[in-house]
Amino acid sequence: MKKYLKTYEEKCTGCNTCMTVCSTLFFKEDNYEKSCIQVVKNEKGGFLLPVCDQCEICVPECHTLALTVNKKGVVMLNKSLCIGCYACVAICPTDTMMTYHNLIVPFKCTACGACAKECPSGALEIVEEER
Amino acid sequence: MNFDIDKLKAKHKMLKEFSFEKKEVEKGYAGKTLYINIGNNEIKEKTVTEEMKKIFTGGKGFNLKLMWDAVNDDTKWDSPENVINIATGPIGGNTNYAGSGKSIVTSISPLTNIPIDSNVGGYFGPYLKFAGFDAMEIQGKSENEIIIYIDGNNGKIQIFEAPDEAVDSHVFAEQMVEMFAENEKEKQHVATVSAGTGSNTAYIGCLNFSFYDKRRKVARLKQAGRGGIGTVFRNKKIKGVVIKYSGLTGDSNNAVDVKTVQDTGLKLHKEIIKLDDSQCKMRKVGTAHLTEIMNEYDLLPTHNYKFGSHEESKHLSSDVFYNKFLTHGLPDGCWYGCTMACAKTADKFELLTGPYKGDLVTVDGPEYETVGGCGSNLGIWDAQAVLEINFYCDTYGLDTISFGTMTAFIMECWDNGILDKEKTGGLVFTWGNKKDTLELLHQIGRGEGFGLIAGKGTRKMKDHFEKEFGADRTFMNDIGMEAKGLEYSEYITKESLAMQAGYGLALKGPQHDEAWLIFMDMVNNQIPTFEDKAEALHYFPMFRTWFGLQGLCKLPWNDVEPENNAETDEPNKVPEHVQNYVDVFNAITGQNATKEDLLLQSERVYNFQKSFAIRLGFHGRKQDAIPYRSMGPVTNEEYESRVERYDGQMKDKIGIDPKGKNTTEKVAITRKYREEQYEKLMTAAYKRRGWTKDGIPTIEHLKEIGLDVPEVFEVLKKHL
Repeated sequence: MKKYLKTYEEKCTGCNTCMTVCSTLFFKEDNYEKSCIQVVKNEKGGFLLPVCDQCEICVPECHTLALTVNKKGVVMLNKSLCIGCYACVAICPTDTMMTYHNLIVPFKCTACGACAKECPSGALEIVEEER
Repeated sequence: MNFDIDKLKAKHKMLKEFSFEKKEVEKGYAGKTLYINIGNNEIKEKTVTEEMKKIFTGGKGFNLKLMWDAVNDDTKWDSPENVINIATGPIGGNTNYAGSGKSIVTSISPLTNIPIDSNVGGYFGPYLKFAGFDAMEIQGKSENEIIIYIDGNNGKIQIFEAPDEAVDSHVFAEQMVEMFAENEKEKQHVATVSAGTGSNTAYIGCLNFSFYDKRRKVARLKQAGRGGIGTVFRNKKIKGVVIKYSGLTGDSNNAVDVKTVQDTGLKLHKEIIKLDDSQCKMRKVGTAHLTEIMNEYDLLPTHNYKFGSHEESKHLSSDVFYNKFLTHGLPDGCWYGCTMACAKTADKFELLTGPYKGDLVTVDGPEYETVGGCGSNLGIWDAQAVLEINFYCDTYGLDTISFGTMTAFIMECWDNGILDKEKTGGLVFTWGNKKDTLELLHQIGRGEGFGLIAGKGTRKMKDHFEKEFGADRTFMNDIGMEAKGLEYSEYITKESLAMQAGYGLALKGPQHDEAWLIFMDMVNNQIPTFEDKAEALHYFPMFRTWFGLQGLCKLPWNDVEPENNAETDEPNKVPEHVQNYVDVFNAITGQNATKEDLLLQSERVYNFQKSFAIRLGFHGRKQDAIPYRSMGPVTNEEYESRVERYDGQMKDKIGIDPKGKNTTEKVAITRKYREEQYEKLMTAAYKRRGWTKDGIPTIEHLKEIGLDVPEVFEVLKKHL
């Protein structure tokens, strides 16, 4: 079973509500650079929504076992074990293991669904499916 | 593994307890070094002065400076005042830039009687710095078996007698993890230094540095292999040094500009992940990928360096180890955040011989050098046997390179009738005899039989064979692959004059970590003149010395290269990576150094180490003499095996027509020419380094590079 945030980029209007919700929830500030999901304008005027798809490629890269997969299939980062090496950031195929300026520890989407609940255009959805 | 920690602890006798004030590391430096005398149980801290940082930078520089002050002109490897010094460096311990977890160890070597330095992975060095010390020195000799324990969390150090703990490293490391970690989580915070039973009598002893692998749930080992430091360790009756440190973060160095460290590290991480599979495959198979490359270029030492390739070497190719033995897909770095991750592991490897026969063990390796030394060089074309030799060398505390090279010498002596069963106590050393090679290893482990003689290394064996068996010294000097007393590492250098000098002029003896010039010289012909070669023999040893000052591994410098590296002005220097090092060094220390400044840091320490050997009585061109086997074909068999090459060179390079000459004559002509070439290159390289024709650094040069140390001048003046 894999729980993850599914995106429907064609529905995205670029309102950035998801980034506000995410950064406010995780970091108590409205700062798009501290959001686990990003809204990126593409060349055609639409939007890309890069966010962790819980592929687990990062997990074996971690020396300290700070990255684990929970029962729902979500990759969780234990900040107390992380030593900020960024090996997981480098190997992430979707560039969604996030970093921010002087923060030592990276951060990522935990499929909490807060952004999906607030998305006004239905571009985000938490799904659970077999992979 | 079965052991009772409570029973072990019950036998401990506390000899000394010492407390120190914990301070944060600032800009990559702890600001203190740790002095421990196990002869009188004195423990003290020493302050790292700004002058010390300015002249010696850190790492090997600090080790050698402390060692210079500790010993006298007559100190031998087993003198009580000899020290074992361990350090990392200002960059060491950062978790962002791949290869930043190295420790460097120095001592006076039992093989060479001059300062040896050997670098090693594992967690000890960085934990030592974050516990509060840029370096530690261990002086004196203990009466009884001891352990030194450093509690880096609470600022406490203990020396205690430990009669029942294991000496062999794979057991000792597990015992210490169980003894000092209070739970599973803490096991990664315990790191050890130990040797092994082989180091008790052999001079080729190494040190094992452990790091606990959380996934495999085993304490893995990396080796400070070269030069017999494990022998010094056991001579001092140390079972181990243990450290516990729990506070590692992504900025334990308190860098001035952590963002630059992170960004530069991330850039390299991405480069490694993208390019490694199409370049060196370090993440997949580690340094063992070199075996097939060296075989292809006729550089793989085979039958005591007689030849450079062999059809059977396919049985030792990296594919064989990968498919049959190595565990796949785990992060194998020997320090946190090393995405190069070359420290491969064979898990649940079943031992077929020796005291641990039948055990399922973890073998860290094999490194290329072990495959070359303990495989092809001995004609052992059996990957399982190479891994078994690898495991036992490690746990017995023996250097796989020296063991391989000196056993190859034994086999060639056997081949030439210098040895027989009577002289070896029944062991048979025909090429490829894995059974008796392993038995020799176990004899060294037990300190008995022919193992007692062999374990002293190639140079001492030559003395013994000449004195006791009447063996031809000249022939043994030609084929015994040692220089300065240290066994060669595993490359054929016959066709690369620059690499012959790379080995011959290497300060500690013939190890390739100072310079690896074979492709530049032999394959790509990029350094054709003596001046070109001399320049390479200046730049690369100086640049590569820098890794040992900083706590860095050399491999991420040029075992992965940026995609556009070939288009740069000096691809052999990997300019982008050099700039990475400048950026990371400045970002951590807050200095404003240039790449030229980094070379000067190295040049000071390099010349200091050279001067140190001179101080101990080892000076003159003879110090850099090398065995003829490393220059050219010693025997007719070797010449005839590559007759087209040698005949061609005789005609084109020497200007003599080989027609009508027999092989013996041609061997002599080739030898005369090659030996002259080597002498000329020595002279050119000395000049480029600012040394006299006798290899003595001049005072003017030392002042120019900032090594303005009167004590050093006093030593050199006697020889200028």
